[in-house]
Amino acid sequence: MSAFAALFRRDLALAWRARGDLVNPLGFFVIVVSLFPLGMSPDPALLARIGPGLVWVAALLAVLLSLENLFRSDRDDGALEQLLVSSAPLPLLALARVLAHVITVGVPLVLVSPLLALMLNIDGEPFGVLLSSLALGVPVLCMVGAIGAALTTGIARGGVLVALIVLPLYIPVLVFGAGAAYAAGLGLPFAGQLAILGALLALSVALAPFAIAGALRISGSQ
Amino acid sequence: MWAYLERLWHRLGSPRHFYDLAGWWLPWLAVSSLLLLGVGITWGLLFAPPDYQQGHSFRIIYIHVPAASLALTGYFAMAVAGVVVLVWRMKMAEVVLQSIAVPGAVMCALALFTGALWGKPTWGTYWFWDARITSMLILLFLYLGVMALGSAIASPVLAARATAVLAIVGAVNIPIIKYSVEWWNTLHQPATFKLTEKPAMAPEMYWPLLVCALGFYLFFAFVVVLRVRNAVLEREAGARWVRELAGEGR
Amino acid sequence: MSANDLLLRAEGLTALRDERVLFRGLSVSVAAGEVLRVEGPNGAGKTTLLRILCGLDQDCEGRIAWPRAEAAGRPWREELLWLGHLPGLKSTLTAEENLAWLCALRGRAPRRPLREALAMVGLAGFEDLPAGALSAGQKRRVALARLHLEDAPLWVLDEPFTAIDRAGVEALEQLLAAHAQAGGAVVFTTHHAPAITSRSLLLGKAA
Repeated sequence: MSAFAALFRRDLALAWRARGDLVNPLGFFVIVVSLFPLGMSPDPALLARIGPGLVWVAALLAVLLSLENLFRSDRDDGALEQLLVSSAPLPLLALARVLAHVITVGVPLVLVSPLLALMLNIDGEPFGVLLSSLALGVPVLCMVGAIGAALTTGIARGGVLVALIVLPLYIPVLVFGAGAAYAAGLGLPFAGQLAILGALLALSVALAPFAIAGALRISGSQ
Repeated sequence: MWAYLERLWHRLGSPRHFYDLAGWWLPWLAVSSLLLLGVGITWGLLFAPPDYQQGHSFRIIYIHVPAASLALTGYFAMAVAGVVVLVWRMKMAEVVLQSIAVPGAVMCALALFTGALWGKPTWGTYWFWDARITSMLILLFLYLGVMALGSAIASPVLAARATAVLAIVGAVNIPIIKYSVEWWNTLHQPATFKLTEKPAMAPEMYWPLLVCALGFYLFFAFVVVLRVRNAVLEREAGARWVRELAGEGR
Repeated sequence: MSANDLLLRAEGLTALRDERVLFRGLSVSVAAGEVLRVEGPNGAGKTTLLRILCGLDQDCEGRIAWPRAEAAGRPWREELLWLGHLPGLKSTLTAEENLAWLCALRGRAPRRPLREALAMVGLAGFEDLPAGALSAGQKRRVALARLHLEDAPLWVLDEPFTAIDRAGVEALEQLLAAHAQAGGAVVFTTHHAPAITSRSLLLGKAA
């Protein structure tokens, strides 16, 4: 079994054994979105207009929160050291780690989002566009966020720091993701934005593992 | 020529030689930047003609444009230093990288502040989500991230390497951010006036801007070199040449 | 000694921690057949040195070469087996599952079945228990089972004898000696003085 497959399987098994924890980001996602009608107004027309943006911001924060432990537990029990001394290419191991995170955290978030879209009165074309944009964008959030998580793994209380580092990098994904659904609501073309999200996904899968690997070597030295 | 450059590179790579060389540059940088800034700002604020649409408020560009340009240049300079840190493991690049962050962030904040001042007479509000101003705000966030990460890591070597990774990732992201913000801006509401975007600027407005920009760049270089020299002393505090230097000063 | 026997050569290693010099200009080389013990008082930098040799700690100056791996055109990490003072086990995975992913990181099939290796370190019957339910000594034994599974020539072990009972210590000493005899090499730290040591490196003499 290759190192990539072994690590991927390990992470899926770990997630499955602690499956209660997988509900937490989803709960966060749903609660944050339902705060907005309460904080502003339940007016369906207003919610339909700003809904895609709300869902996107909440998804982004949920991914961000889930990232804090991405490498921290591996660091705390010495598993990170073993990844670092492995003769397998570290970027590949990092990719396996993030891929497992996408499947255990990212995919459930995308699957819950139709429910939230219904609660916010988003339907018709914007509904489909919102879901597609999340499906393309959430993996990008995981890849890019993992760089920040890797950089702060060696720091005792890195939680707020991860947010400070990662959120500015999330802005293009947010703009194109929420913007595609918003444009669809106005009857404007949206295919370009989805194509850009796809390009960002390809770019992040190709480049982020190297940044994560470099960051892990630095964090492992601390 | 080539041999000279190579020797210079090696001398710059050694903290001690850098310290000596940079001490030599400082007065030149200080005098030339003050001179250029004095000339450029006086020229721009007092002698350049007012804009036919915006009147005198356009004169803020003599501060705003150089600051904005430096903020961006500073971030890319950090990324370049970051590549040198990660690839060649050069000590001086580590120091340079970390010395740019604060002055760069200050330039970024200055650009935002002057942009807001300009916004009041032009748009009737201090803050407007104009594409350029929004991009500048995000650049400030990127600077804050670099500064926070750098100060959270105790070891100077590791702090420099971590910020190097972040600066490079940020620099790759900047064009994407810029493009996304521009698209976002046109989707929502195109601004009527744009700060700094003039199809053709009259030469009597343009020349003082160029002088100001050059003065700002030299001043920035002055501040960075000053900070690098201080950081070198701090990092090499145990080395004999620093202790000798300290003894000399007493 | 021919150049081919040299597994690891480190020159001019300098490490500072919080402006305190742990060691300066230190040179270490490890040849096949050697058992090198790194000695020194607490805080002398023993663990730091081992981590630097393994490439885990990059906050240092100096040069590290792996002559034999370089001559053979192999990645140097293939030559290395590192056991730190944290065993690297995931607490919700069983002992056997933990060994499976750890060994797979090497990309080669283990030398013997995982259960057999667990039996060799005295953990027969504990294969299916989650690692979190094992005692500190048992966790250490799971990690040590990798010595029976992976075929790296250079073992770098940080305090391998901690939390292990007397019988376990004896078995481990024999294992290290046999590994060196078979052409491998061991670098380790410990507070007791085993007879198998062929060479010692003393750190922190000034302290």
